[in-house]
Amino acid sequence: MLDLITGNEAIAWGARLAQVDYVPIYPITPQTEIVEKLSEWAANGLIRARITKMESEHSMITAAGAAALAGARTFTATSSQGLLYAFEMLYNVSGWRAPFVLANVSRGLAAPLTLLPDHNDALAARDSGFLQFYAETCQEALDSVLIAYRVSESRKVMLPSMVNIDGFYLSFTREKVMIPDELGDFLPPYPIPAISAGNMPSMGPTVLDPSVYSYFKYQMHLAQISALDELKKAISDYEKVFGIKRSLIDEYMAEDADYVIVMTSSFATMARKAIKSIREKGIKVGLIRPWVLRPFPRDDLLSALAGKRGVAVFDQDVSPGFGGALYAEIASSLYGAPDAPHIASFIGGLGGKEPTIEEFEFMIRELISPDLTRRGPVMLWTDKDQRILDEQRSIALRGGVVGR
Amino acid sequence: MAGDLSIKTIRETPLEEYLHPGSSMCPGCGAQVMIRLMLKVLGPKTFIVNAAGCMTLLQTYPYSNLKSGWLYTAFASAPAGAQGIRDALDSLISQGKARDEGIKILVLTGDGGAYDIGLQATSAAMDRDLDFYYLCYDNEAYGNTGFQQSGASPYGSSTTTSPIGRLNPVGTEKRKKNLFEIWKAHNPAYLATISPSHPLDLMQKVEEAARRKGPKMFIGYASCPTGMGFDPSLSIKVAQLAVDTGVWPLKKYVDGKVTHTIIPRFVPVEEYLRLQARFRHLFDENNPAAKEAIAKIKDEIRSYWKAQGIEAKARHHMVIADGSCCGSCFSSSFLWFSWGIPSGKGKPSSLHTNMEVAML
Repeated sequence: MLDLITGNEAIAWGARLAQVDYVPIYPITPQTEIVEKLSEWAANGLIRARITKMESEHSMITAAGAAALAGARTFTATSSQGLLYAFEMLYNVSGWRAPFVLANVSRGLAAPLTLLPDHNDALAARDSGFLQFYAETCQEALDSVLIAYRVSESRKVMLPSMVNIDGFYLSFTREKVMIPDELGDFLPPYPIPAISAGNMPSMGPTVLDPSVYSYFKYQMHLAQISALDELKKAISDYEKVFGIKRSLIDEYMAEDADYVIVMTSSFATMARKAIKSIREKGIKVGLIRPWVLRPFPRDDLLSALAGKRGVAVFDQDVSPGFGGALYAEIASSLYGAPDAPHIASFIGGLGGKEPTIEEFEFMIRELISPDLTRRGPVMLWTDKDQRILDEQRSIALRGGVVGR
Repeated sequence: MAGDLSIKTIRETPLEEYLHPGSSMCPGCGAQVMIRLMLKVLGPKTFIVNAAGCMTLLQTYPYSNLKSGWLYTAFASAPAGAQGIRDALDSLISQGKARDEGIKILVLTGDGGAYDIGLQATSAAMDRDLDFYYLCYDNEAYGNTGFQQSGASPYGSSTTTSPIGRLNPVGTEKRKKNLFEIWKAHNPAYLATISPSHPLDLMQKVEEAARRKGPKMFIGYASCPTGMGFDPSLSIKVAQLAVDTGVWPLKKYVDGKVTHTIIPRFVPVEEYLRLQARFRHLFDENNPAAKEAIAKIKDEIRSYWKAQGIEAKARHHMVIADGSCCGSCFSSSFLWFSWGIPSGKGKPSSLHTNMEVAML
């Protein structure tokens, strides 16, 4: 069925269609709508999942991982501060090899406190062992949840997945979404048997030898690498069953482009608009948007970037003291590649700061005539940004003069 | 309490063993004695959810000395792990995807996990009326990290973060947090304190708790040779003295009422303190604060029992609340007896059934 739903609802629909058994919940803006929707469905018998109100995200992720190991298909959701509050458990549950899906509705991290999105929350969890999906649209949000379950639960993977959508920009935006009536055989039955008298495993025990620790940790990396193949199979089956095509690297006007912008998530929609406008000026630009960052689709990315003259990485995050986290990954992938393009790093969209067409134009200009002496990223900061800051500081100072 | 329970005397101790020797734990660990006894009552279909703490070492890959299932969670969230397992099973059972086999879930945490970092998760699990068992093995400090001060550390005990020094002759300067009252405020289905020195009291409490649905909470005195500082052979004796001096009241909270299951003999507290290195400074003649500190400890014992309507005065024999055998006379030999004799053959040879006579 085709419906007009928010990104949060699309995520909830993904959990509903996957027929999850268990959803431990804890509220946080802008994620809350997801667990409200699931609670409403449960209260009306539309889903059979047991929903438990936890007291923190740390406990919520613990309960989710434990339930996944006990034999229940599990879903949960959080945002930002909540994800960080649960941080210890992210590493634990992936080490347990608990294959559940966690939706993270991105929001900038305090301090200062904000509600609007950037990716410092999700990227902080980059090395936790979770598979990471970054959705641009409501449709892709729903698709991500279903594909995440399929890949996470694959015997070769057995790792949790994080499906990331941007708070407000996607979480509360309604878009047309094709909601499948049923899953067919896209998602096999949950692979972990229920704990029973005859099935009393010992899970997550300590190791007392660095060799054993190294073995298990590296197994998680190998499982992530296996997940690349599993993802491709799942994408192909998803298209067969639902007629929707997804790809690890989404390309827009990129095939003949000389210059490309690389970025993730919903702000890519703004880049598409800018690309159209820049193309009208005769400059061949395009967009390359990785949908999955873990496992990192290096080969697909390299073939998408092959032959480009310049690559502008738009990071909606900042690693203070280095710059852009996404830039680091793209640049390291390109290092040593034959005829690697010039690559430049830009920080923008922090705390939901909408990039303007001018900002994208600036990025492309920087690619056409690069300043090779520049070290580190360029912060996308416009006169308008400065004006807003000045106005607020002058209010704070009761109209006094603000030094620049 | 013994009325309709299957374990009426120490003789009815189930012979089955679910916690076996062979772990890399300290000798003389009181916590393990309690876990072993609890599992004897709970049986083989018990799934343990463990928090960071000493008991983490019960399972070190690839060895297991437990018949139970096991999940190591993290320091703060073992009750949440128990919630996840219970919810998963309940969800699968209600959907007809799994059979109800009466799996019991037991949370293990130390006092750091219970009194401090995991208090929030425990409070919430009780608030949700989670059907589980919780044993806090309380050795009154962060034992697994080398005995640092915790919320459970009593006044006057030295720990590695409240060491005795020129400016601190007392050690731990705060009083022990009252976890029993904090847990009691949640009105759990069952709440009791236990001690490895009182196996019958312990097993009867677990059996009584097992008949109830909801949170079944236990705070156990985990005599700790390594941290508290005494010879492992004295472990049960120290636990026994904790009870006999009135330092560790054995009690239960059921249906809105607190009952003391053992009324202590009120042995002078010095006998308990003197055995342990963590209280050694209280017997140092050069310590100007020692006398006052011991007086303060005595005051605390007196005022606790006064509030229960009992005068903390030395008695010559032990009074058992319900007239049954508490098994404590037997407990000093319990450790070697229970570990030393292969299961199936272990029957005590000189068991007193009349406690009044035994203790005189």
